[in-house]
Amino acid sequence: MEVKLLTEHYDKDEFQGISGYKKLGGYEVLKKALKMKPEEIVAEVKAAGLRGRGGAGFPTGMKWTFLPNNGQPRYLLCNADEGEPCTFKDRMMMERAPHQMIEGMIISAYGIQSKKSYVYIRGEYTYAARVLENAIKEAYQAGYLGENILGSGFTHHLDVYRGAGAYICGEETGMISSLEGKKGQPKLKPPFPAVSGYLEKPTIVNNVETLAAVKYIIRDGAAAYKKHGTEKSPGTKLFSLSGDIRKPGNYEVPLGYPLKDLINNEGGGLKQGRSLKAVIPGGTSAPVLTAEEAMKATMDYECLAQMGTMLGSGAITVIDDSRCMVDLLGVILHFYHHESCGQCTPCREGTGWIDKVLNSIIHGRGRQQDVDLLDQVAKNMMGRTICALADAAALPTISFVNKFRDEFEYYIREGRSKVKGSSYAEMHH
Amino acid sequence: MFKLSKDGLEKIKKELTRYETRRSAILPALYIAQSENDGWISPDVVMHLSEVMEIPISHISEVLTFYTMYNKKPVGKHHIQVCTNVACCMAGSREIVKHLCTTLNIHEDELSADKKFTVTRVECLGSCNTGPVVQINHDDYIENMSIEKMDKLLKELQ
Repeated sequence: MEVKLLTEHYDKDEFQGISGYKKLGGYEVLKKALKMKPEEIVAEVKAAGLRGRGGAGFPTGMKWTFLPNNGQPRYLLCNADEGEPCTFKDRMMMERAPHQMIEGMIISAYGIQSKKSYVYIRGEYTYAARVLENAIKEAYQAGYLGENILGSGFTHHLDVYRGAGAYICGEETGMISSLEGKKGQPKLKPPFPAVSGYLEKPTIVNNVETLAAVKYIIRDGAAAYKKHGTEKSPGTKLFSLSGDIRKPGNYEVPLGYPLKDLINNEGGGLKQGRSLKAVIPGGTSAPVLTAEEAMKATMDYECLAQMGTMLGSGAITVIDDSRCMVDLLGVILHFYHHESCGQCTPCREGTGWIDKVLNSIIHGRGRQQDVDLLDQVAKNMMGRTICALADAAALPTISFVNKFRDEFEYYIREGRSKVKGSSYAEMHH
Repeated sequence: MFKLSKDGLEKIKKELTRYETRRSAILPALYIAQSENDGWISPDVVMHLSEVMEIPISHISEVLTFYTMYNKKPVGKHHIQVCTNVACCMAGSREIVKHLCTTLNIHEDELSADKKFTVTRVECLGSCNTGPVVQINHDDYIENMSIEKMDKLLKELQ
């Protein structure tokens, strides 16, 4: 069963504008928050055990406590550069409920005592950016943003910054470079952004869903929030379901929810006459699960880590028996090759190499040794680069090649896919 | 030689003071200039921006060449961008790209003879539940695309 904490009013069109939002309790939590002490906000978020909803799953409250007390201005950046393939929850959140995110941001900014925040939104999200800019205008007019918010003495300004088509800008240091008007290449950590981020000032980068969740933690208290989910993965999470499923879409369930139920109940199950082959549980950079593994998985950080994969952004791609795993890995690796920023050799060369090898297999020119080569190249990329993009490309490669080795070997041997009619290259060239 | 309109220049001047650093205005300025230069950034656009923004050409070029939403060569009036990432591929987006190229008699990323169309594959647009997804220029998404729907759309755009 879905637990609609964040998405309770998402089916109501009026929730998008400020008057409808206020009618449904909007900005009441901000009033409550401004009466609390900033450190109480941080303590509550920490106690709630909220973990970043963008992909890495780092504890949000802990991230906030890394801010140094050195009197420097602090920045809050909302990461709305949703780019992990098969993820589409942040876009829905911004389009359906921009004020929810804005309220969460103001509360968070008050907690960390930041006077200025930006929403870094990916360039393609033109509609969401329009909705957001309008909502910010409304929030200023209503006195929720600007000088001396609701007479509390707290001042906060919020603006939108549009990206321009670069997956790597979803990485927090890449995003900071981009916001500074530069190419979005990630930087070596430490120093972490909390110490030296935007314009070398202390900066907190949090995902859209994370910041929206803060509102509910302050509204209900950490203890109530923790009633949802598991001990190590408290709260609810939005999951983006796509692929071979009857009812693709975003669903909010408590963490720890069985993947099987998410697919069969919320997702409406597989298409007629099809059986499950595999599931990518956390965006395409997460290692793939076989059908058997998927049936046992629960959607929380610890279970998926134990199964050698990750919760990531919460994007679940369902793959049925009509699909060719070689073809799909080809699509995934083409993406990472395209999006590699190019500064680290293992990533720049490795993603290109894997992309090339996969392409030759897909076009019937594979060599027997290529299966091991893919595995080796991928393993040599892991952990040898500035950011996680190399790992994001290596993990699917290693898991696809090892869990579906027979499909790769068959394709190389026969020059065509093991699953008849499933390879695009084979059917169209 | 490219020259910004009065309105475009005003907008860029606003962007220069909107953020903490002037350099942050480069990304928005390129969008503004692109919209006034038939959808692409030519070398003289960069020169002009450098002059009016008082920002070195190298800083602008760095941004221009890094991000995919700035077109470095001429594109059609209708820049048809088809998502060909995993979920959209599974929904048949590659077949749509192929159909578009055949129908318009162009290769991907090429300008059609009448300068009306360019077809480009793009990465995940974040609408994976409604694929195949298409974005024309920087307009709102067109969801659940099919070959039949595309043909109808092409007729409207012709």
